[in-house]
Amino acid sequence: MKTKKKSVKTKKSMKTEKKSIMARIAESTKSVTTGVEEKDIKHWLTIYIMGKAYKVPAVLTIMQAMEYAGYKFLRSCGCRAGFCGACSTVYRKKGEYRLQTAMACQTRVEDGMYLVQIPFAPAEKVTYDIDKEDYSASVFLKYYPEIARCVSCNTCTKACPQDLEVMDYVQASLKGDFSSVAEDSFDCIQCGLCAIRCPAEIVHYNLAQLGRRMYGKYGMPEPEHLKKRLGEIKSAKFEKELRKLVNTRRKELEKIYTGRDMEKE
Amino acid sequence: MKLSYYPGCTLKTNAKNFEDSAIAVLKTLGVELVELPRWNCCGTVYSLASDDLIHKLAPIRNLIRVKEQGEDRLVTLCAMCYNTLKRANIFVKKDKESRDKMNDLMDREKINYEGDVKVFHILELLRDEIGFDEIGKKVKRKFNGFKVAPYYGCLLLRPEEAGIDDMENPTLLENLFNSLGVETVDFPYKNECCGAYQTVNKVDLVVQRTYTIINYAKKLGADMVVTSCPLCEFNLDRRQEEVKKKFPDFEGLPVLYFTQIMGLAFGLDKKSLRFDLNYINPEPLLKDKKLL
Ligand code: FES
Repeated sequence: MKTKKKSVKTKKSMKTEKKSIMARIAESTKSVTTGVEEKDIKHWLTIYIMGKAYKVPAVLTIMQAMEYAGYKFLRSCGCRAGFCGACSTVYRKKGEYRLQTAMACQTRVEDGMYLVQIPFAPAEKVTYDIDKEDYSASVFLKYYPEIARCVSCNTCTKACPQDLEVMDYVQASLKGDFSSVAEDSFDCIQCGLCAIRCPAEIVHYNLAQLGRRMYGKYGMPEPEHLKKRLGEIKSAKFEKELRKLVNTRRKELEKIYTGRDMEKE
Repeated sequence: MKLSYYPGCTLKTNAKNFEDSAIAVLKTLGVELVELPRWNCCGTVYSLASDDLIHKLAPIRNLIRVKEQGEDRLVTLCAMCYNTLKRANIFVKKDKESRDKMNDLMDREKINYEGDVKVFHILELLRDEIGFDEIGKKVKRKFNGFKVAPYYGCLLLRPEEAGIDDMENPTLLENLFNSLGVETVDFPYKNECCGAYQTVNKVDLVVQRTYTIINYAKKLGADMVVTSCPLCEFNLDRRQEEVKKKFPDFEGLPVLYFTQIMGLAFGLDKKSLRFDLNYINPEPLLKDKKLL
C-alpha cells in the first residue's frame, strides 16, 4: 500500500493518473462491442436507423447497436444506465402499426426495428418563486393550463419507459392531490416521451416536477432528523471541526477521506 | 350501505363544502361513500358528436375503475359529472361498434367495458333508496319562518335519458325539503339556465342571469336559493359580486347546497357543513333564523 501511495507523489505519475482517468471515462462511454471479433458473433439481425438498414449483433442494446453501426452519440446519451433520461428512442417494428418508445441504453434491439433517437423534447420550463405559490390545484393550472385539455386517453402512460402511471398524476394535479403527483412521478427520468406523444400537448414531466417541489415544500411532513441536524448546524456545532478541515493540507485530507468510517449498508 | 363514489375535480377544489356536507349527511343516513380509486376527469362536457370517441374515453375509463372494484354502481354529487358519465354510459351501451373501438383504444385496461355500471345521482339515492320518510325521521331541528327557492339547473334534467326528474317541472328538491320541514317557494326559475360555462368568457351574460334568478327568488320571499350543481352555485353565488357592481340596487341572497340544508336539519356539526366556503356568508341569516 505504502509504495503505491508513494508513486502517486511523483509529478510524472500524477500525469499518468490524470490521463488514465480520462482514458477510463472514454472507455466507459465506448460501445461495449469494441474489441469483439465479428467472426465470433453467432446471431445477427437487421435494424433500420432512420430508414437505413444495418446488420448488428443480436445481443446489443439499441444504443450499442447504433454505435456498432457507426453512429457516435453527441446527444441522446448520458449515463448508459437508465437514469439520466437522455437516450429516448421511438421505434416501430416491421409489420406492426404500433409506435413504441424505449430508453436506448436499456432496451435490447429486435429484428426489424425502425429506430430514431429523440435527444430533446421541446418544452418550456416555467420559472416561479415557490415561496409565493398557493398550495392548491390552481398552481398547476396557472403554469401548465393545458392540463385541463387532458382527455384521459392514456397515451402518455403507454409512452413511459419507466412504466409510470403518467395520466394518473396529470389527473391528480387537476384535483390538487399533490402527494399522488409526487409519488406517482417519483421515478420520472424526464426523458420527455410522454410530452412528445400527448395529443393535448401537455408537458407532463415539468408539471410533475412542479408537483414534487410543491409537495416537498408544503405537503410533506418535515423529517425529524433533518430538523435536528439543521438545528445543530445553526448552533455552530460543527464549526470547530469544519475550521480544522479547512486548514488541513490536501495530502492529510486525502488520508482522512480514504480512512473515514463508512456508513453501514 | 357502502357505495362507490365519484367526486370529480370541482368537489375537490371549489365545491369542498358540497362534498363535506354530503358525506356527513349520508353518514347520518347510514351510507358510506367510498371514493373511487384512480378516478380521472369525467370528461367535463359530454361530446355530442357521435364519432368523437376520444372525448368519451374519460367517463368510460372511470366506469372501468368501478368494475375493477367489483362494483356495478357509481354515485355522483356533481351534476356535470353525473350528466357526462351517465350519457357516455348510455352511448356505449347502445352503440356496440363504438364501444368496441373505445375498448381497443383503452387496450391497457384489463376490463372490456360493456356499459353495465349504473350511474346515479345522490338525489336519486335519497329519493329512491333511502326515501323521504326515512330522511324525515332524522330531522332534529325545526325551521320556522324560513323559505328556500329550490334551483335545479339543467344538467340533472336534460336530456330526458339522463334526467332524474320531470325536465319542465321537477319536484324532487321540493319533496326533499318538505320531508325536512323546510318551506319552499314556487320558483318558476328553478330550471332556468344559470349561464353555465359562459362564466369563463362572457361574465356579463352570467351576471344578467344571476341578477334575474336571485332577484326573483327574493321577490317570492325566499331567504336563500338552494342548488345541487357546483357550476350553478358558482354562478349564482360567486357572481353576485359582479351583479352588485352592475345593478347597485341588487341585494342578493345566500346560495347553499341542498346537503348543507339537510345537515342543518339533522343538527350536524357546523364544521362538516363548511359554510365558510360559500361566497355570500349564510351564517348571519342562519343565526337570525335560529338555525345555528
Ligand atoms: S443514457 Fe441515461 S438513461 Fe439511457
